[in-house]
Amino acid sequence: MGSQVVGHFSLIPIYAAASTAILALLADLFTGRRAVIVGVTLLGALATAVCAVVAVDASPTFCAGGGCSWVPSGAAATVAVLFAGLTAGVLAFSLPALRLGIAPAGEFCFLLACSMTGGVTVGYAGDLITLIVGLETLTLPLYVLVGLRRFAPSERVTTDGAAASVTFFLISVISTVIALLGVALNYAATGGVHLAALTAAAPPFAALAGVGAALLVIGLAFKVAAVPLHAWAPATYDGAPVPIAAYLSTASKLGGVIALAAVVSRLDTRAVVAVLAILTMTIGNLVALRQTRMIRLLAWSSVAQAGYILAALALGEPGVVAALAYAAFFVILELIAFGVVVALRAPGQDGGTLDDYRGAGRRFPWLGAAFVLALAGLAGLPPGLAGLFAKLSVVDALVDANWTWLAGVVVLNAVIALAYYVRVAAGLYSLPERVGLSVADPVLVDEALHPHGPVPRPVAVTISAAVVVAVVLGFAPQALFDALS
Amino acid sequence: MTLSTDSWSFLLAAMLLVPAVGAAVVALLPAPRIVATLFAAVTFVLTLTPVVFSRDLLWVSYGDRPPAVVPWLNLDLPWVPALGLDFHLGVDAISYPLIVLTGLLTVLCCAYTGSRPLAALLLILEVGVLGTFLALDLILFFVFFEVVLLPMYAIIAGWGGPGRRAAARKFVLYTLVGSVLLLIAVVTVVSQAGTGDLTGSFDLSRHLQYFVFILLFVAFAIKAPLWPLHTWLPDAHTEAPTVGSVMLAGVLLKMGTYGLIRIGLGVAPEGAEWASPVLGVLAVVAILAGSLICLRQRELKRLIAYSSVGHMGFVLLGIATLTVTGIQAALIGNIAHGLITGLLFFLVGTLKERAGTGSLDQLSGLREQAPRLAGLLGFAAIASLGLPGLAGFWGEAFAVVAAVQAGGPLWVTCGVLAACGGALTAAYFLRLLRRVTHGPATPMVRGAKPSIAGVEWFAWGPLVLLTLVVGVAPALIVSGTDIPILRLLEAVSRG
Repeated sequence: MGSQVVGHFSLIPIYAAASTAILALLADLFTGRRAVIVGVTLLGALATAVCAVVAVDASPTFCAGGGCSWVPSGAAATVAVLFAGLTAGVLAFSLPALRLGIAPAGEFCFLLACSMTGGVTVGYAGDLITLIVGLETLTLPLYVLVGLRRFAPSERVTTDGAAASVTFFLISVISTVIALLGVALNYAATGGVHLAALTAAAPPFAALAGVGAALLVIGLAFKVAAVPLHAWAPATYDGAPVPIAAYLSTASKLGGVIALAAVVSRLDTRAVVAVLAILTMTIGNLVALRQTRMIRLLAWSSVAQAGYILAALALGEPGVVAALAYAAFFVILELIAFGVVVALRAPGQDGGTLDDYRGAGRRFPWLGAAFVLALAGLAGLPPGLAGLFAKLSVVDALVDANWTWLAGVVVLNAVIALAYYVRVAAGLYSLPERVGLSVADPVLVDEALHPHGPVPRPVAVTISAAVVVAVVLGFAPQALFDALS
Repeated sequence: MTLSTDSWSFLLAAMLLVPAVGAAVVALLPAPRIVATLFAAVTFVLTLTPVVFSRDLLWVSYGDRPPAVVPWLNLDLPWVPALGLDFHLGVDAISYPLIVLTGLLTVLCCAYTGSRPLAALLLILEVGVLGTFLALDLILFFVFFEVVLLPMYAIIAGWGGPGRRAAARKFVLYTLVGSVLLLIAVVTVVSQAGTGDLTGSFDLSRHLQYFVFILLFVAFAIKAPLWPLHTWLPDAHTEAPTVGSVMLAGVLLKMGTYGLIRIGLGVAPEGAEWASPVLGVLAVVAILAGSLICLRQRELKRLIAYSSVGHMGFVLLGIATLTVTGIQAALIGNIAHGLITGLLFFLVGTLKERAGTGSLDQLSGLREQAPRLAGLLGFAAIASLGLPGLAGFWGEAFAVVAAVQAGGPLWVTCGVLAACGGALTAAYFLRLLRRVTHGPATPMVRGAKPSIAGVEWFAWGPLVLLTLVVGVAPALIVSGTDIPILRLLEAVSRG
């Protein structure tokens, strides 16, 4: 058997991502200086994005037996750019904590870059094995990152992070096993692992292939926290450091969505995905209504948002562009929301309760405006035009396919969701609680009672960049649709 | 001399851009209060300009299938082809009066309010409302329809009365239900007809038209609001600040009735014909229910809010008849309600602020204490009850005339009952005047400041004046609307 020709040009995004991880490790080993490590990682993320854009028209490589394992495309490049951007953003959110030594910078950057490498792989994967390896590379470093926290000697040591980490690890491993079983059954029935070769099986094996496809979808549904496979998400998000929760809710979810999109567009899994979609959005939204902790509320809202994406994916191939567009709009808005939470809390603090954010919009008008933009977008309303177009694309895809009833479920859920989004947004601007004695200016007293330094610059810069991207995409969403198709 | 309309179509974009920029400037820069009013005034001037380009359609020939809408000014740019969304704006005789009304009320409200963030929100609201009236693309219409939701929520929740949170939440969730139904309807139409262009025609099967019209009907009935979907309105009005109530009653409700004419009749004419008896009956129930509830109200703002339900009932009755007279009555009714109820909300808002209470039991004798305020209130109430010669008369009278002309036992009954509703309107407004202006002055009224400030004259004067002008010359509003309406109705009769 002759050796394969490897198209190195097609592989430059993954080379860039993987070298970022290695360079971060080496920088820690040889310099040990935080600035260098972080700088190398940020530059590496930038390089990954640039390489993805440069290699957008590259030809597929690792081709054998009728399919290719590495398939560059517009959608893959967009996904790689998103992963690079999310990695850089989350790293910037973590800088205040790294500066205080809450987590070791070298390990943190290495793990984050590894995770980015996995994400890029998922985007380009052309067969089920590469897809699952990519997904595992994306998730594996996160088990550590969720629990990676050092406590100062005076600090009370909590095991929340460790508990979250173990929960996440156990669920994730089980889900991978289920997905792999699905891949194996499907391979047994059809003899194909390449995405291009995935088709319905011949009659004697049709049932086996069907079970395989369903198991694969269920395994991947764990990753996007679809109900009833969602229970790990709120607990894990709330126990993890806030920037890592942001990464779980954006990058990790994006990886799951891409993997699901790759599978559902070729195998007929419409019934399973439609049921998952309805359960996910409805239960996610209803439970979010009752939440009083900020991160848990965002976690449940992110569960519900996954439901809208699944609704588009239930269509199979016709819904893929809408689902990916929704996911792209969603991760940007979600990054802004988590960024504001990071900015409003002290480094290393958890997300706190909704009451902790009372009046925050008055104390920090810009952060308040960014949060309102993100929440409006998640609710699918102007001024969050990006979110409006996201909802519109999903509803459009569903109605085009004559699934108007599912579009109806989606939009009614949007109404439920608005109830808790406005609760959070209104809380930001509500007047502080009475202090018990009459004061001339309750807002001034509130500011005095809530001492808070300036927002760390990297966090502010990242939020601004994400807001700019959200606003630009809000006015020019066609750019994203063009990039994805 | 005719002006080329294409080179002036940027005016339409400017109408949206100026208030949007104004909102940003007012919100972000420490600009003095007057800046918001200036931006609103420039927008108002812009909203007046399209009349220069008005064309008499009789002079234009369009082959055998004339377009449904022939805009005076037309701006059509592709925006998001992937979703079938064009940035298509236009003005014609049907939308023009509403656009001017929006421009006017925003200036008055911006001048009246003292708060910068509130003024910024009013300007954003204006962008949404003007965009809705200007949009000639279905999806664009929906986008602008959504724009108004959150600013109005913020206005009620931020500056409202004691129960503002609950009222604002009820408003935003209730109206979002309407919006999402509109979303399903417009996406279905665009998906099935392959176009969202309102100047074109939509070839939809009869059953699809029924389905689409039901969705549109409920969506716009929530916004208008039509009984029994009106329950969000009294709470929102009672708790909203004065300028919020004025904008809500003056222009936001019109988005529902305008949408029903432009989108409902334009997209699903057969559906409209099929559903018109239901619409007519509900409109009459709204008129009667609104009036009867008003007779029992003990709170000023709530009373005016319920009177809106009755007035919008007349507008919807006019639309339901599907005749030129009826729809023209609806257009006049829209404008008249915007002017008169806007004025009424200004007046009762001021009265409530000054007296510290809106309870009818605690207000009386205003005539002695503040004769000018009482005079204005009397004028507005009499205009609202539909005295001939004032703006309120034409819309209501001709809605009844159109119903009777439509013939058949159902429509005649509707017309007769609506006329009875009109009499009830007179009854509750006279009751209001008797309670508030006559009788001995209560301590609350005695404590109220009697004088009217300059800015208040500025805000109220134009409304008083226009109520008189429209009352004397209703043709100002409906001139040139007969042919666009005929175009809409042709499709109905063709079906």
